[in-house]
Amino acid sequence: MHPSALSRAGFLGYGLLILAFLYLPLVAVGFASISKARYLTFPIRRYDTGWYAEAVASDTVQTLLILSLKVAGLVTVISMVVGFFGALAFARYHWRFRGLFQKLILLPIFFPQAVLGLALLMWFNALGVVPSWHTAVVAHLVWISPIATLIIAIRAYSFDPTLEEAARDMGCSTIQILRDITIPLLMPGVISAGLFAFLLSWGNFPLSLFTTGADSTLPEWLYAKMVSGYSPLVPTVGILTVLASVALVAVGLLVPAVLRRWRGGGAG
Amino acid sequence: MDRLNSRLGALAATPMLVLLGLTFLVPMLVVAAFSVMPPKVFDLWHWPDVSAYGEILRQGYWKSLAWSLGMALASTAILFVICWPLAYAMAKVYRRFTLVLTIGVVMTLFVSENIRLFGWVLTLMKGGLIEGYVRHWTGIGFDGLLYNVPVIIFGLVYVYLPFMLFPLAQGIAMVPDDARQAAADLGATRKRILWEIDLPLAAPGIVVGCLLTFVLAAGAIAESKLLGGQAVIVIADEVETAFTYGQNWPLGSALAMVLIAIVGAIAVVGVTRVDLDALMGRRR
Repeated sequence: MHPSALSRAGFLGYGLLILAFLYLPLVAVGFASISKARYLTFPIRRYDTGWYAEAVASDTVQTLLILSLKVAGLVTVISMVVGFFGALAFARYHWRFRGLFQKLILLPIFFPQAVLGLALLMWFNALGVVPSWHTAVVAHLVWISPIATLIIAIRAYSFDPTLEEAARDMGCSTIQILRDITIPLLMPGVISAGLFAFLLSWGNFPLSLFTTGADSTLPEWLYAKMVSGYSPLVPTVGILTVLASVALVAVGLLVPAVLRRWRGGGAG
Repeated sequence: MDRLNSRLGALAATPMLVLLGLTFLVPMLVVAAFSVMPPKVFDLWHWPDVSAYGEILRQGYWKSLAWSLGMALASTAILFVICWPLAYAMAKVYRRFTLVLTIGVVMTLFVSENIRLFGWVLTLMKGGLIEGYVRHWTGIGFDGLLYNVPVIIFGLVYVYLPFMLFPLAQGIAMVPDDARQAAADLGATRKRILWEIDLPLAAPGIVVGCLLTFVLAAGAIAESKLLGGQAVIVIADEVETAFTYGQNWPLGSALAMVLIAIVGAIAVVGVTRVDLDALMGRRR
């Protein structure tokens, strides 16, 4: 049943429409970020890039940036490691409580994040831990490391277990198998999980809200400014964080493609 | 081999179990414990009482709960209708465009939810992108489109679209082309193929997509705050208020427990019916 050219075009148009719908609000933010007026109204009369210069020079923005980077970096590293082993337990090994484990992994993803943040706040309080960006890392991990696990698990499902069995029959130890077979085969999954982890932590707001204490991440600062005391820097800083994510995704997509071509060229 | 397999499985699961045990399961127990404490205490060394739950019944918090669940249901239904054709096209019609669409949709997930909602505020407000240009071109102004219930549902539909789209596409990809072809050859109409082949065979994806959107939308807070103003107060907002302005942790915990119980029951029932291995593409 091959769809006709007409219905194919219709589906394509629908897809483009949905994409336009998803990106329209960002276009509005983009316009707002280059409006000269302090109080924004459309249509914009005078354009100006002054807010960008101000945002880049601002000390507050730099502090927020460094803090957000630290949180996202730590979350990325930890969830890559935990997610790698989690994915093996999720998809590869057939052990007794695998079904239960799979459900446990899904539970935090299904959970309202603001409630999760509050629950953690009470737990930290009971433990006597003062919330700071360190506790925000913990909060992000609860939600992001299960997602990393799922992403790596997709890769682990498509991997042939007989490779590991063959290596074991040839006398390899578990560590050797892990180093020479499992890790290289799952590496693409681990890298994309790391990319997801970084970007999800970078943009996360509801988990940070209650768990950063006196510190603040970029999305938290943006929210605070949106709700009270609007600043013309809000759209500008918002667009800058979006551009940072886009740049990272572009690198993540391009580097493997370039490497493949380069290797292919070298062999041919 | 089996014994080795089960030992390695348990070993590999350990880091995740420790992490989720300490940062997910124990905090849930803390919430449960706080929910049976007397009002306005900040530690757990008191005799339990259930006054917080009584408070929920008396103060009309059920209205917020009903709004949250109702809007979540509406946005789930709307999303299913919007996403089905797109998911179908991603699985069966598009070739390279599937990749473009996937990257395009995933990218939006990396932009903080509040920036995207703020973008809708700029688009829909009085003097915003839509009203501003309509007035500029036609000379007829109107009030902004914000601060009502439909716009909150619109926001939920917007934010949770990827969570419906990807599971649906995955589910539809599981429908074998042969089955659809055979039904068509035997004279089934399109509608009949949809009802008797596509929907039942794609059921795991449908269940996961609907569950995910419903559960996330029921616990959502930013949409009603940023787009809805004070049109309605959702349950997650009540929880937050009880913790922050109210300084009443037991009340907040009891409200959270009610939300957790409803959402958790729905999620557990749904998830246990789905074969995750098949949905995530295990090799047969």
